[in-house]
Amino acid sequence: MFDAPLSALPAKPGVGYKPQHYSDISATPGPLGWLEVHAENYMGDGGRPIAQLRHLSEQFPISVHGVGLSIGGEGRLDPDHLARLKHLVGWLNPASFSEHLAWSTHDSHFLNDLLPLPYTAATVARVADHIDEVQEALGRQMLLENPSSYLAFAESDMSETDFLKAVVERTGCGLLLDVNNVFVSATNLGFTPQGYIDSFPLDKVGEIHLGGHDEDHDDHGAPLLIDSHGREVADPVWALLDYTLARSGPKPLLIEWDTDVPEWPVLAAEIARAAAALEMVPA
Amino acid sequence: MIVTQSEFTAGILDPNRPAPDGLQDGAGAPTTKRFDVYRNNVAVSLTDALVSAFPVIHKLVGDEFFRAMAGVYLRTHLPDTALMMFYGDKMPKFLRRFGPAQSLPYLPDVAQLEIAMRASYHAADAAPVSTDALGQIAPDALMAATLKLAPSVQIVQSSHPIYSLWQANMVAGAPKPTKQAENVLITRPQFDPAQHLISDADTLFLTALQEGHALGVALSKAGPGFDLGAVLGLLLRQGALTEIS
Amino acid sequence: MSKMTNTLLVASAVATAVAGIATNAAAQENEKCYGVSLAGENDCAAGPGTTCAGTSSVDYQGNAWTLVPAGTCADMELPMQADGSERMGSLEALDRDLPA
Repeated sequence: MFDAPLSALPAKPGVGYKPQHYSDISATPGPLGWLEVHAENYMGDGGRPIAQLRHLSEQFPISVHGVGLSIGGEGRLDPDHLARLKHLVGWLNPASFSEHLAWSTHDSHFLNDLLPLPYTAATVARVADHIDEVQEALGRQMLLENPSSYLAFAESDMSETDFLKAVVERTGCGLLLDVNNVFVSATNLGFTPQGYIDSFPLDKVGEIHLGGHDEDHDDHGAPLLIDSHGREVADPVWALLDYTLARSGPKPLLIEWDTDVPEWPVLAAEIARAAAALEMVPA
Repeated sequence: MIVTQSEFTAGILDPNRPAPDGLQDGAGAPTTKRFDVYRNNVAVSLTDALVSAFPVIHKLVGDEFFRAMAGVYLRTHLPDTALMMFYGDKMPKFLRRFGPAQSLPYLPDVAQLEIAMRASYHAADAAPVSTDALGQIAPDALMAATLKLAPSVQIVQSSHPIYSLWQANMVAGAPKPTKQAENVLITRPQFDPAQHLISDADTLFLTALQEGHALGVALSKAGPGFDLGAVLGLLLRQGALTEIS
Repeated sequence: MSKMTNTLLVASAVATAVAGIATNAAAQENEKCYGVSLAGENDCAAGPGTTCAGTSSVDYQGNAWTLVPAGTCADMELPMQADGSERMGSLEALDRDLPA
């Protein structure tokens, strides 16, 4: 069990780091308080990516966000991947480490997507075992992120928030609350996003994610939102953030933009909007 | 109705299969398009990783052919690690056997060069020896000296004009390739890999050094006509020598 | 060539190489050192939704492969095959070569 602080990130806006913004970030950080990087992009042996990260970590607190550990996988965690992660977290000593409630590796094949899980007691046990293993290996608490869902499993017999509470209870991990994912899943599966936030253990949240989504339709013409991270955060997601912060208090807020990455001023505007949302929250 | 990750994976990789039973929308109705979101994520993200990895192959065969070929590659060669920066390492072998690409026999070696560039980019950092270090070795000790090359040094040999093909596709105004064998040395003076066209003798010499042979042995492998001064000068200028013992 | 001559030649080549290096210790400007990286990264974004190539029927199976390389290869003016023949990919070759 790990009962350390939920994360050492400041309750300020952060941004998902893209190398094309390297000089902008140093020159005009604005209210930017921290950076997040994807762990896998810094698992090479050296060269520019590692040098950049080392340099940035002297200016900003860093959050390491994994996308390849496959915590929900039926098989065991890849020991090589865990060793690479341990090496990265060891030399960087980031303010936070987080991963996804998802699977991405099957029979040692990596599918490069965050794939969904059924919410059952058996899945809780498997995910909790893997989180225990990660926290033991890293010697620190991790945050687990709620997924974007496009479909549901007939076999699920518990809600996502009950599932997350059970995992937190068993492992002592913290949570990363992605409010865009909440909005996407709520639209796609037909529940109310506010109800989800009401039942979410907000006291376990160490970080909040915000990103843009695309709109599509399913077989029956029902709206189907896609977690594309390729545009501005949608207005109803900002509203859901306000709803959340009013209940949780200030939290570290991340702007994620991964596809069709814009020039820095567009991201700076999103960061400013996140800063404004934080300013409205009583500390 | 339990959906195993084996069934889920098989469904993702074969669009002709129906979505696995036991997946549904929020109202409990079966759904195909929702499963298609995952099919697309996997196929498109892996294809994009290959486009990033092989910019020259992508230009040579065109976007439509490359993406269709990537669809074949990814379904027969799924990544065996989560590191997208190294995905595609079996592309040269794949290209040697992929029927529709047989009209361009130079593709496998060009792919090997692109993999070598990427490996150099992500290789471990290593401080180069000072220029003086080499000059300070006593002449009679030189033949037994071992010169260690930086981890970022890569050597690619080909019977095709891989250097010229790479340049023609990546450097504005570079001349068209002519039919000839070309070998390439890749160095990384700081963070950007650089390519150097090298002779067969240079290649034999550098490969021997990379294998840990002493200077004298490497020289004998290079054979007559080898210009040691020129190659050592190149290695020193590029910061490619990291240890002399 | 005697061992002695060889050693002298090598020593002379090394001396030439060393002398040819200007003391070039100045670090490159920061921007260049740390600037933009090669692509090929992981991220956690979802792809383009429900309509695109990932769901098209798999046209490399059966007899449906009709594409030929159509990029800059046409400008390269290199012979198609070492023996000069132009062997277009046959689907038999494809079926034979690819693991199931």
